[in-house]
Amino acid sequence: MSAGRGRGPLLLGVRHHGPGSARAVRAALDASGPGAVLVEGPPEADALVALAADESMVPPVALLAHVVDEPGRSAFWPLAEFSPEWVAIRWALERDVPVRFIDLPAAHSLALREQDAPEADTGDGNVGNVGDGGDVGGDGGDGARELALRVDPLAVLAGTAGYDDPERWWEDVVEHRGASGDAFAPFEALGEAMGALREEYGDGGHGRDLVREAYMRLQVRAAQREFGDGVAVVCGAWHVPALRAKTAVAADRALLKGLPKVKVDMTWVPWTHRRLARASGYGAGIDSPGWYGHLFGAPDRPVERWMTKVAGLFRGEDRIVSSAHVIEAVRLAETLAAMRGRPLAGLTETTDAIRAVMCEGSDVPLSLVHDRLVVGDVLGEVPDTAPAVPLQRDLTRLQRSLRLKPEALERELELDLRKETDAARSRLLHRLRLLGIGWGEPARSARGTTGTFRETWRLHWEPELSVRVAEAGVWGTTVLAAATARAEADATGAQTLADVTALAERCLLAELPDALPVVMQVLADRAALDADVGHLAQALPALVRSLRYGDVRGTDTRALGEVAAGLAERVFVGLPPACTGLDADAAAEMRGHVDAVHAAVGLLAGDGPAGHRGRWHSVLGVLAGRDSVAGVIRGRCARLLLDDGQLAEGEAARLMGLALSPGTGPAEAAAWIEGFVGGGSGGGLLLVHDERLLALVDGWLTGVPADAFTDVLPLLRRTFSVYEPGVRRTLGELVRRGPSAAGSAAALGAAPAGFAPGLDQGRADAVLPVLRLLLGTDDGGPAGGRDDNDLVGVA
Amino acid sequence: MTVSVETTEKSAAPAGEQGGAAQALRPHAEDAFAAELAALAAQDDRPRPARWRLSPWAVATYLLGGELPDGTVITPKYVGPRRIVEVAVTTLATDRALLLLGVPGTAKTWVSEHLAAAVSGDSTLLVQGTAGTPEEAIRYGWNYARLLAHGPSRDALVPSPVMRAMSEGMTARVEELTRIPADVQDTLITILSEKTLPIPELGQEVQAVRGFNLIATANDRDRGVNDLSSALRRRFNTVVLPLPESAEAEVDIVSRRVDQIGRSLDLPAAPEGTDEIRRIVTVFRELRSGVTEDGRTKLKSPSGTLSTAEAISVVTSGLALSAHFGDGVLRPSDVAAGILGAVVRDPAADRVIWQEYLEAVVRERDGWKDFYRACREVSV
Repeated sequence: MSAGRGRGPLLLGVRHHGPGSARAVRAALDASGPGAVLVEGPPEADALVALAADESMVPPVALLAHVVDEPGRSAFWPLAEFSPEWVAIRWALERDVPVRFIDLPAAHSLALREQDAPEADTGDGNVGNVGDGGDVGGDGGDGARELALRVDPLAVLAGTAGYDDPERWWEDVVEHRGASGDAFAPFEALGEAMGALREEYGDGGHGRDLVREAYMRLQVRAAQREFGDGVAVVCGAWHVPALRAKTAVAADRALLKGLPKVKVDMTWVPWTHRRLARASGYGAGIDSPGWYGHLFGAPDRPVERWMTKVAGLFRGEDRIVSSAHVIEAVRLAETLAAMRGRPLAGLTETTDAIRAVMCEGSDVPLSLVHDRLVVGDVLGEVPDTAPAVPLQRDLTRLQRSLRLKPEALERELELDLRKETDAARSRLLHRLRLLGIGWGEPARSARGTTGTFRETWRLHWEPELSVRVAEAGVWGTTVLAAATARAEADATGAQTLADVTALAERCLLAELPDALPVVMQVLADRAALDADVGHLAQALPALVRSLRYGDVRGTDTRALGEVAAGLAERVFVGLPPACTGLDADAAAEMRGHVDAVHAAVGLLAGDGPAGHRGRWHSVLGVLAGRDSVAGVIRGRCARLLLDDGQLAEGEAARLMGLALSPGTGPAEAAAWIEGFVGGGSGGGLLLVHDERLLALVDGWLTGVPADAFTDVLPLLRRTFSVYEPGVRRTLGELVRRGPSAAGSAAALGAAPAGFAPGLDQGRADAVLPVLRLLLGTDDGGPAGGRDDNDLVGVA
Repeated sequence: MTVSVETTEKSAAPAGEQGGAAQALRPHAEDAFAAELAALAAQDDRPRPARWRLSPWAVATYLLGGELPDGTVITPKYVGPRRIVEVAVTTLATDRALLLLGVPGTAKTWVSEHLAAAVSGDSTLLVQGTAGTPEEAIRYGWNYARLLAHGPSRDALVPSPVMRAMSEGMTARVEELTRIPADVQDTLITILSEKTLPIPELGQEVQAVRGFNLIATANDRDRGVNDLSSALRRRFNTVVLPLPESAEAEVDIVSRRVDQIGRSLDLPAAPEGTDEIRRIVTVFRELRSGVTEDGRTKLKSPSGTLSTAEAISVVTSGLALSAHFGDGVLRPSDVAAGILGAVVRDPAADRVIWQEYLEAVVRERDGWKDFYRACREVSV
């Protein structure tokens, strides 16, 4: 029994996730040896608490409560290795001491939260650090605005002690304090301080706390009846005075009357340090879980051990850090702490010291320390025997409502996205794919339709997919929320620009509008910093494609359009310098990029500012006319301009004449020809119809020196062999007839049977209106002038 | 005062009226602020390291400013993050050498002078680093007349400021450390690690007395000049002095400095100039930090420093242009060429960065049309 202590339960007021509190709790429990341990937390978890002793349970983990039918309404109670609650639970389980959770049941707190949802009674911020734990939602976030209205007990105490930062005060007074003689003294002192605060501020603006504390008092009394006086209570320090207060049982019961209730399920879910670091969830978000874990885990000399850890990290990253550095960093940190009047070097001092001594004043390596050590990559584990996660339930519900059964047998599914159910099915499958749950894989349609409103999936449910679902439970409680969180995390961690664009595309397919802003921001940032025009050019078409998908599905794609426009702008600026000094392979690749960008810009012009197409043409013009640009690209650019009707009469011939003039090396000229008329882009017809160009090619070819001819032959063969046989024959006939013959292609040889030898101008003109209608060129202006080129444009 | 701006001539101490060497054009920090130092020393009851005039806490107060219990107001000498001054002072207290890094115009020299004045009461033990700084400037030289007349002895030896600081337990200062040739730099290694300076000619050595320390300043953008060897670097704790935190502060510095220079060059003061200065400062800050001021668009950073000092010179030359060839009002066309010169240092890579910036940011911005046009004209 509690040696040397008065009557009544042993009240251990703590801060959630405080390593110093956790140590103190362990010491106090060891010293008193209570018959039962009561922990602030939802009593529904009593049935699950035994799992905490399971070997495969590795913190950080979280207790998750959610409304049975609505997995989206949920609350988390995260527990790290250094959480006082976790320490108390493990202490009790190891000694077969009963553990009870005594906070207001989640059934009530979740129902209450729904009630005052408009007031957003979620995250409790600093207050939560000391006192709060229960009614804090997993989907919190907008609670921060409320905070200002409430009393922050820590800030008041810290202010009294002359600290401007409450967190630092708490660390100095509680977390960093070494083991003292009396295991109970710190709790008594803190309890008194909190008592004084509560006298001054009452519930401090936390109306709900009174209800919770009434419930806790009742639970403590019940436990005392069952186990005698020797019970220990681990709760937020804020609640200690309230639990100590003598109140009438009837008054407590009256407070609890008529509380709303929902049906709630509980389970354990794995947690991560990164999520502990977020202020959402428990409300007791901490900035530096890794540092706290270290403080809790280090047996002695925490600063020395921390610096050694940091040095190890740097060495692993090939940064030279000697033992002398470690020594100096420790000295600096400790002197800094002394100068700032702190009992022990805290995270601020160690970070300053690491920056000055090990990082040469730079913040870049320091961010590595923050990411890997201060926050850390620790991932918790939960035994398989834990109840199913709500994500699984949400999935089951969706499967039922969409009539999409998980079957082991592989089958194909045709979806018509114009139908509502099919569209929802497609979204579900896309979201699951984002979560790494490969139930359905997109397949090529058997019907061979290519319409954007049609999708074909191959469905195949394997047992291990259930495991994947459980793993994905970390991301959220519903498929939508989980997929959104996952997409955002993927975007931030993506390696290349192309990954991000692909992700953007998938976000649109899976209809995750909430994830899009993050993905777009990452995309814009990546594009801004990527110096390789090739990457940008690769990303642009996918983005434009996404825009079109978005249009089909009626998603708001304005942000996407802006990013695409910005990307196009960067490509325009970066392309000319990137096209110089390329070897043959790189030039061929770049030509592909030019083509892709050209197609993408064509699609962009519709909604972007009218200037895009015009600027692209001027970029093409620059490329076509610049000698240092590889021949194949120059040729291609000239051709694209010609097709778009941007070259004045005779300009194409002039460019070709320049490229094929004797001053140019035969290989370079052949590459130009390849770019201009090669690659299955209807170049053959162009030559058939523009005899001037053909004559130029012909003249150049006959002028190629014999020894150079064998060099250019493969390239020429590649260019011309892809032409259709008919075109090749016509070309051949044209060339055989010789360049001297004048006239157009129409005058060639005898007319085929059934056709007049010449063109019937009147009948030909009659077709033009329909043709214009089909091509969408209302103003017949330019089209009339150069019918040859227009024909090619159609081809 | 706020962050001072270094250019060729160091800016004058902001409070020259506080007695001391009243006749000097620019009194030393320990003279100009003698009253403040004395007040601090009188009320400072915290432990002082050996031979320190003030406790580390009082030194930090001297630099950051504050009010003493008896009501004496200490003016802030450095406006910037508190953390930086604390780390710097603590470094000196742990007898590690201090290296102040920063781009031009971040008050490195200013901070080092005041640190030395507050710690040792003497900021004059100074070695100015140049490409021609010889070893004698750091170790010792000889009085050749004496050397020839009496042979080698301590009397014939001319001590360097560093040697004097060692033997007297004072703070030595080395300015522009990276401009000093690498082999000369390395003579500091023994001094900093062994705290001794051997004099092989006499078979003697000078051992540093407690209280000796060294503050070096270096420009962290032109590291390439004479990068510190890793052996030397290891002996310093490094503190990077940041650029002015807000655009407002930087505009303030630029316009004040431009005003000073302009007056000495008899340039007309441009009343509507601040808008243009704000624009230049914005451009410099955005390109330097790689993100637009609204924090929404990332940018590539060019290879140039784009320091506050460069912004000042762009504005000054723009003013000169407008005064002599324009209508006397600072216009976008007057500064466009200057900005281009400051931004585009590497003709290939930087030009693309600049054009991207023009097209992606400047073109869309309200009220920047004429600036965009002016920049386009000079960029082509």
